[in-house]
Amino acid sequence: MSEDSEHRRRRESTPATAARSPRAAFARGLGVAVSVPAAVLFGTALGFGALARDGGFTLAQAAFTTVIMLALPNQVVLVDQFARGETVAAAALAVALAAMRLLPMTVTLVPLVQGERRRPLLELLAVHFVAITTWIEANRRLPSVAPPLRLAQHLGLGTAITAVMLLGTLGGYLLAGSVPPVVAAALLFMTPLYFLLSLLATSQARMDLAAIALGCGLAPVLYVLAPGFDLLATGLLGGTLAFVWRGRPRARAEGGDRP
Amino acid sequence: MTFGTDGAGGYLAILLAGFLATEAWRWLGLAVGSRLDVAGAPFQWVRAVATALVAGLVTRMVLFPAGALLQVPLGVRLGAFAGGVALYFLLRRNLAAGVGGGAALLIAAQLVR
Repeated sequence: MSEDSEHRRRRESTPATAARSPRAAFARGLGVAVSVPAAVLFGTALGFGALARDGGFTLAQAAFTTVIMLALPNQVVLVDQFARGETVAAAALAVALAAMRLLPMTVTLVPLVQGERRRPLLELLAVHFVAITTWIEANRRLPSVAPPLRLAQHLGLGTAITAVMLLGTLGGYLLAGSVPPVVAAALLFMTPLYFLLSLLATSQARMDLAAIALGCGLAPVLYVLAPGFDLLATGLLGGTLAFVWRGRPRARAEGGDRP
Repeated sequence: MTFGTDGAGGYLAILLAGFLATEAWRWLGLAVGSRLDVAGAPFQWVRAVATALVAGLVTRMVLFPAGALLQVPLGVRLGAFAGGVALYFLLRRNLAAGVGGGAALLIAAQLVR
């Protein structure tokens, strides 16, 4: 069954079938463990486990890294720095640069999960779960959930994603080297495909589509022009252009022109 | 101070360079996100930035991959990616078909080659 027909059904669901208590919402969030995104993430985490082993991490250190960081691209940077014998300060800088992408994602997720009553500790846990996959899935699943239950469902989602990533890391560490290269390549290939299709599925307005197109187009250029800062530059430049462009049709419509 | 693979030192290094360097952005995001109006222009701008950033990551991962994917020729990567996107839309926006189909096309092309 497609994720989207599942999504439509959820949106149309009557109060009788929708989760009513935070506990039920948490359980519904856990359900993401059996989904396409979880399978893709599991494959990526397998790759990280194998990489961590190559980089000299112990099994426990690899597992520890996944649980406390929960951001695979940054974990890859950390292992790479570790393997090269860089200082902790240099590694922290490299990881911080790669992790900056989490800032805009967290900023846009927080209003979605925050209820009227502030829950500081649970909110800290909720933002710990912000990574690309959870951000995409939260954007896809939470808007149709009653606001008081969103935090609970997001915490369930994050818990399931953490468990999937932990299993993938452990599996990849233990299986390292025994996976055929073609399969390893296909596993790595699923991540960008999932990211793009999900961005298209969750885009709500023309601004989102413009941001997707600009991001895709600008990234290779900026990768060559500003290596290391390319993602940040892509986000800032592409996002700003999409945002500015979004304002125009509305202004024109107000002037009596075609929308 | 460099990484020690030994016990506590290794974990401390992972905590400092891994956890703190990552989590600080999430904490900052919580502080900023709590004060932004969802309907306001600043929020819309941040949303566009986050979207463009993830989209940029997609092209970077396909055009300039790391590890095992590097062994797959660019043409095969692009073809399988386009095939996955096409399958997704042809099968009425089916995510499993898009992602799984794209991966299957990549494996098939590599085995035939």
